[in-house]
Amino acid sequence: MDIETIADLGAGLRDKRFSSEEITTDLLGHIEKQAGLNSFITVTADEALSQARAADQRLASGDAGPLTGIPLAHKDIFCTAGIRTSCGSRMLDNFIPPYNATVISRLAEAGAVSLGKTNMDEFAMGSSNENSYYGPALNPWDHSRVPGGSSGGSAVAVSAGLVPGSTGTDTGGSIRQPAALCGISGLKPTYGRVSRLGMIAFASSLDQGGPLARTAEDCAILLSAMAGFDAADSTSAERDSEDFTAQLNADLSGLRIGIPAEYFGEGLDPQIASIVQEAIKDYESRGATLVDISLPHSELSVAAYYVIAPAEASTNLSRFDGVRYGHRCDNPQDLLDLYTRTREEGFGAEVKRRILVGTYALSAGYYDAYYRKAQQIRRLIKQDFVQAFEQVDVIMGPTTPHTAWKLGEKSDDPVAMYLEDIFTLSVNLAGLPAMSIPAGFSEGLPVGLQLIGNYFAESKLLNVAHQFQQHTDWHRQQPASSEG
Amino acid sequence: MSVEQAEIEKIAHLARVRIAESEIADVTQRISGILDLVDQMQAVDTSGVEPMANPLDATARLRADEVTETNQREAFQAIAPETEAGLYLVPKVIE
Repeated sequence: MDIETIADLGAGLRDKRFSSEEITTDLLGHIEKQAGLNSFITVTADEALSQARAADQRLASGDAGPLTGIPLAHKDIFCTAGIRTSCGSRMLDNFIPPYNATVISRLAEAGAVSLGKTNMDEFAMGSSNENSYYGPALNPWDHSRVPGGSSGGSAVAVSAGLVPGSTGTDTGGSIRQPAALCGISGLKPTYGRVSRLGMIAFASSLDQGGPLARTAEDCAILLSAMAGFDAADSTSAERDSEDFTAQLNADLSGLRIGIPAEYFGEGLDPQIASIVQEAIKDYESRGATLVDISLPHSELSVAAYYVIAPAEASTNLSRFDGVRYGHRCDNPQDLLDLYTRTREEGFGAEVKRRILVGTYALSAGYYDAYYRKAQQIRRLIKQDFVQAFEQVDVIMGPTTPHTAWKLGEKSDDPVAMYLEDIFTLSVNLAGLPAMSIPAGFSEGLPVGLQLIGNYFAESKLLNVAHQFQQHTDWHRQQPASSEG
Repeated sequence: MSVEQAEIEKIAHLARVRIAESEIADVTQRISGILDLVDQMQAVDTSGVEPMANPLDATARLRADEVTETNQREAFQAIAPETEAGLYLVPKVIE
């Protein structure tokens, strides 16, 4: 079957060519058939069918929006009332939230149907999905390879045609990197655009929710429903949501594209470099101007990120103590034993490492050398971008230095894994919006083009991405495993 | 910069994470590798640079001091490992 987009499915639903119940049933069947991809942690078939029937009534009454009746899947980091939300961790394997994340309730109000919760690296810490307590999701293009992470299950589900769109979160590249490795589109919005309420916190000054889908247009449809000020999130940007589809067809002539020298240096797979350069030349041939820019502090982004993110994680994850919810060890001898053994058993190796690194960076005597220093470098990284955006409208480069690697290839070497995020981390440190869109294939594996925009310029980013997708079909390619 | 095993043990205690005796050497080695990576920062002169805690340099919003939530103790405690009479139970702290 041909994988359809949210835009196409929405039109079909509103024209009564099929019902939401029909497509929901169909996709639930695909999910079951493709269970080997391990893209879902929890499938909520009964809830999905009842939401689909409700959506069909709404469609029948003419009260339907662009997402009414559209099946989606949510990263298992978003709290869903009454539905287990594990965050990929043994710590929350038994956690049934008493409330919905704002992202979940907004999409539900828009009439979207949730088919379930997708696989992810534990507490969103990872770039391969191998840190999931439930085992890794598999890359649909080659089942022996990783899908990327941490929103790996969400990317796999879209890539394999199990859902037309999904939600993810991006703290250091966790939407863009799996989107690139699985050959789909993904958008990390400006920090504060999408509410963090009910999105289990990893690094609060970096975390941002966003959509994954086949096309930029579908990302725009999803973001329009997900974004907007939320008084219940203390860092929510005081901006209303927008119709992010409104500017998709704006003319790109005169567009100034910044090409950062630092994104094409050592360590980048030469095939990815040439595919990305070709995509950029395509923009140039359609009237864009290329501007050489420099982001001189970007090579420090890995170092600064791996202080700031673990420091914030060690603080956020202190709440998992075996007292109020989640895992508790058996027969605790005393309170200290309850805490330390619960956390030993509940957290996986990478999460424990980051808690330890963060605790170290924040501990007495080290704070200035690590956390304060990293926050200063963070400002230098932001200033590089601010200066660049005085000359350009959008910055382009590769999303990742390599295509999807083999399962197990880097799982023993945390530093090698961290370096895979070299092109995405600085965007989170600066708080900017960015996308990854499919730009070609290298030895049968998808390659992502990264587009970085100025603060709150998501409409421009989506416009630039959509125009590329009007005359390329990389985003329409589908892995063999999605057929049948 | 490498870190001593004893230091990792101290940090693990502060973080309330037990690390098995058999794993401590391995954990120490990997964390040393991560700290070596982040030590690149020390080569950069950041004197006079204001640390950045929030990418938009935003500060926390204030709100009126009004009761907005309702009591949902039963719903919240329904997912707790152990409760009694509306209280969370933990091992005895004072003998």
